[in-house]
Amino acid sequence: MSEREIMEYDVIIVGAGPAGLSCATRLKQLKPDLMVAVIEKASEIGAHILSGAVIEPGPLDQLLPGWRDNPPPVCVPVEKDELWLLSRTGRRRLPTPPQQKNHGNFTVSLGALCAWMAPQAEALGVDLFPGFAASEIRFTDDGAVGGVIIGDMGIGQDGQPKDTYMQGIEIHAPVTVLSEGCRGHLSKQLIRRYELDKDAQPQTYGIGMKELWRVQPGKSKPGLVQHTTGWPLDSKTYGGSFVYHLDKDRIAVGFVCGLDYEDPEFFPFEAFQQFKHHPMIHELLEDGEILSSGARAIVEGGYQSLPRTEMPGALLIGDAAGLLNVPKVKGTHQAIKSGMLAAEHIAAGASAEGFDARLRDSDIVRELYKVRNIRPAFNKGFWRGMIRAAFETATAGRWPGTLPVHADHACLRKLDGYTAPERDWVDRDLPPRDRLASVYFAATEHDEDQPIHLQILEPDVCTNRCSREFDNPCTRFCPAQVYEMVEAEDAGRRLQINAANCVHCKTCDIKDPYQIINWVTPEGGSGPNYQNM
Amino acid sequence: MKILVGIKRVVDYNVRVRVLPDGSGVDKDGVKMSVNPFDEIALEEALRIKEAGNADEVIVVSVGGDECQQQLRTGLAMGADRAIQVQTGQSLQPLGVAQAFLKIIEREDPGLVIFGKQAIDDDNSQTGQMLAALWERPQATFASKLNIDGQVATVTREVDAGLETVEIDLPAVVTVDLRLNEPRFVKLPDIMKAKRKPLDVLPLDELGVAAESTLSVSHFAPPPQRGKGIMVEDAAQLVQELKNRGLL
Amino acid sequence: MSKILIIAEHDGEALNISTAKCVSCAQAIGGSIDIAVLGNGVNAVAAEAAALDAVGSVIAVDAEHLAAPLAANWAPEVLNLAASYDYVLGPSTTFGRDLMPRIAALAGVNQVSDIMEVNGPRSFKRPIYAGNAIVDVEAAEGNIVVATVRTASWQAVGSSGNASVSQRESGAVPVTHTRYVGMETEGGDRPDLQSAVRVVSGGRGVGSEDNFEILYKLADKLGAGVGASRAAVDAGYCPNDMQVGQTGKIIAPDLYLAFGISGAIQHITGIKDAGTIVAINKDSEAPIFEVADIGLVGDLFQVIPELEKLIG
Repeated sequence: MSEREIMEYDVIIVGAGPAGLSCATRLKQLKPDLMVAVIEKASEIGAHILSGAVIEPGPLDQLLPGWRDNPPPVCVPVEKDELWLLSRTGRRRLPTPPQQKNHGNFTVSLGALCAWMAPQAEALGVDLFPGFAASEIRFTDDGAVGGVIIGDMGIGQDGQPKDTYMQGIEIHAPVTVLSEGCRGHLSKQLIRRYELDKDAQPQTYGIGMKELWRVQPGKSKPGLVQHTTGWPLDSKTYGGSFVYHLDKDRIAVGFVCGLDYEDPEFFPFEAFQQFKHHPMIHELLEDGEILSSGARAIVEGGYQSLPRTEMPGALLIGDAAGLLNVPKVKGTHQAIKSGMLAAEHIAAGASAEGFDARLRDSDIVRELYKVRNIRPAFNKGFWRGMIRAAFETATAGRWPGTLPVHADHACLRKLDGYTAPERDWVDRDLPPRDRLASVYFAATEHDEDQPIHLQILEPDVCTNRCSREFDNPCTRFCPAQVYEMVEAEDAGRRLQINAANCVHCKTCDIKDPYQIINWVTPEGGSGPNYQNM
Repeated sequence: MKILVGIKRVVDYNVRVRVLPDGSGVDKDGVKMSVNPFDEIALEEALRIKEAGNADEVIVVSVGGDECQQQLRTGLAMGADRAIQVQTGQSLQPLGVAQAFLKIIEREDPGLVIFGKQAIDDDNSQTGQMLAALWERPQATFASKLNIDGQVATVTREVDAGLETVEIDLPAVVTVDLRLNEPRFVKLPDIMKAKRKPLDVLPLDELGVAAESTLSVSHFAPPPQRGKGIMVEDAAQLVQELKNRGLL
Repeated sequence: MSKILIIAEHDGEALNISTAKCVSCAQAIGGSIDIAVLGNGVNAVAAEAAALDAVGSVIAVDAEHLAAPLAANWAPEVLNLAASYDYVLGPSTTFGRDLMPRIAALAGVNQVSDIMEVNGPRSFKRPIYAGNAIVDVEAAEGNIVVATVRTASWQAVGSSGNASVSQRESGAVPVTHTRYVGMETEGGDRPDLQSAVRVVSGGRGVGSEDNFEILYKLADKLGAGVGASRAAVDAGYCPNDMQVGQTGKIIAPDLYLAFGISGAIQHITGIKDAGTIVAINKDSEAPIFEVADIGLVGDLFQVIPELEKLIG
């Protein structure tokens, strides 16, 4: 293995989502002479981005003042908000909580928004490199972060170089910005290495699954924003849905489950499909067609789980830090603001130092503080959660005290001694029939001859302990059916990993009860190819 | 010698292609566009020929609007020396594209012109053969092996019956098939270098090509859906059914 | 009345079935149908062409330099013959795809590729985007129509015809810049999966690498190629060049027999253009039964031996 080629930048940004692109854009606005690069593991900007999404435009107005005259391709002004409590066949309209009042906001495709931001960043001189995955951090001699190492390409499943082998280069920069999104794999390593979370509560997450549908003409009411809670979830499982009506007869429908659920047999994908069969939703979707589908973990911990966001040579922004506002169901405005703040900080001092204090002093974290007790309140069940949520909203979070949270993977109950609640689920007739059919619409692609990017750190645990204790929940919580327990040649069972199905959602890395699944980045350019998601 | 490589900007092969509800075309909204995969193989072969010392310049050529510059830059990043965009807003058919390439050949005088065997959007597989006809030079299509020895190329072609070998005198046109090679990955620093390599824009009418569309394409429809067929009870019924249908 | 000329595909000894399928397409277009047989020593092939139904006459052009179907020699030859015709058709096989565009360019027209259906005398349906969209192509009036015929979409006509055969001298100067060297037919007795007319395919239900033997045996009885689903390949039952599906081979055999394959959409993508899909699976809920033309709920380990006995 020869010495890696080196490229040098003033700032290297890992991940071209809204946070990373905002940071890059702002940096060049403030200091046009700075050399700024953004690397992105997706083959194209936006291809790995999946979100509802209803966004607050304020930060975009600050970053790109003329944007409303030249909006991104999917951009529908919100006209109406509805919150519904569902039972299997019925529904009750609830008052829209203030955090979910969206007047002045826009329903967008976050992926299309990023694809729209990209050329604007490039026009300012940002070097954007989609198709390249940062696989390792490069450390300087004194242990600081000094850039990243791009993953080697053209390695076979056996770990050996193929004919197309190309060694990844090193990108050196005095400041590295981690904007990998929720549960970024490099962010995870760095948080551990620098103990950035030692004064914080464990980070908690949800899984978000989404489908973009083209429905029968007239069914979509552009500008309508609907959220539901209740059925098909039980009172102990946090979650709900979104139904965002777009133009061109399109509807974005999605479902979120808190990953602190306790039922080991719970099947998030199935819950999503059940939701679609509620009469109110079924009526919207019937005779429609799925355009795109996918999933992504969502960071939920908020204020109490926020790690220290700076370390020598690097800083965390966006959901890599964990800035999403759960009651608002929004993280994009936070991501953009944090990207801009990071840019301002770096432009002023050329180092990461002091960023954490700035972030905690900003309205980004103030916003999180106000709602810090809402999501954790649901740990006591749905109704207690609703009551506490109303209280916290009324007091704008001023009641002192902060509710604790628990690590999601520790919440899973063992089979022994646990009885799952009655689910009251229905027979289904809407596509996709199963996860394989769903994955088809994610257009996810991995060269099958490459090392499996889902590392099982203790493989024996799967058959020796997990089968017995939890019935291999990975075979259910993965939305892409990556994990299957199949019959082994010599009787018994083995874990089969269909790595090619992976949509890079990171749920397995989060929810596995033994924390032995380590998600690392596959070859750059692999993964989903989301369109307008 | 110079090698010209034709590359086309097409919908990425991963995209789930969908017909627009009004039948006017295929839905390209927000869709990823890439270099036609067979053209990448063509370029890779050209680069290998150059690296083996049998060519001194590889030029990538694309016919289309300014968006195709993105694909030309990818070609330059892979290692091509120069790029030419034949600029036109029209959607040309293969004959028009071949005529445009003939004009480029007149300017550049290449020893070899390599295309992918077909574009994955129109699936025509015509341009290379048409160019060879207009140029009055040899064609070797569906190449799975290509060997250059001086002014002669030996090409193994993948045909239905097996592998056919032909010998052609250069200059000539070769179209490439899947198994010819595996294209190299692009290196990050080469993307930067590609930005500085020459990309010439030549308007189509300035080349003197009178592109005539003798075919018109309309009424895009999705393929007929396969539906549920019949069920049989056992092997005997199955065999009978297959015999009835003339399949056994 | 329109005059249609079909360029015959053959190997010097026998006519390729693709020619009979071109006749079928020509019938749909309507007009008189002639076949041109080029080559070196073409009497037998010409006679076979003359026996095809609906053929008016066969034109044989016999010359040494036409022995191998080199487009550079055949195209100008055809151009001479085509002067009095309205349509020149060839099959969309590697033979036709190599030759016909060269003819079209010499004639100064664009080519209609892969005709799957004829709407009218100058309007045709063809697949694009690997069959994910079907379009109508209209050829403008006043030009000769040069086209290739998608063989999977047309039945071969019968052989009760009796056309006349006339000899024509070669009218074009042979080229020297292209030389035929040789042909290597695929080794082995089993047909290549990609082009096989019949395919036997196994999924995870087959259970092991050893068990795949029963599929190979059945395939040999049927003269079929053998494929597999991704699940079978992932489980190590067979090598990955046997994989049929979205990330494997996309095939269109006349007959596809799927044993123990559940029919995930990724697999169906690889066989959506197959003529007849037969599915044998223990699970009556398997999605493959939704697209199979003939379905049999049963144990493949019982069904396959029974099939072998019945096929004999």
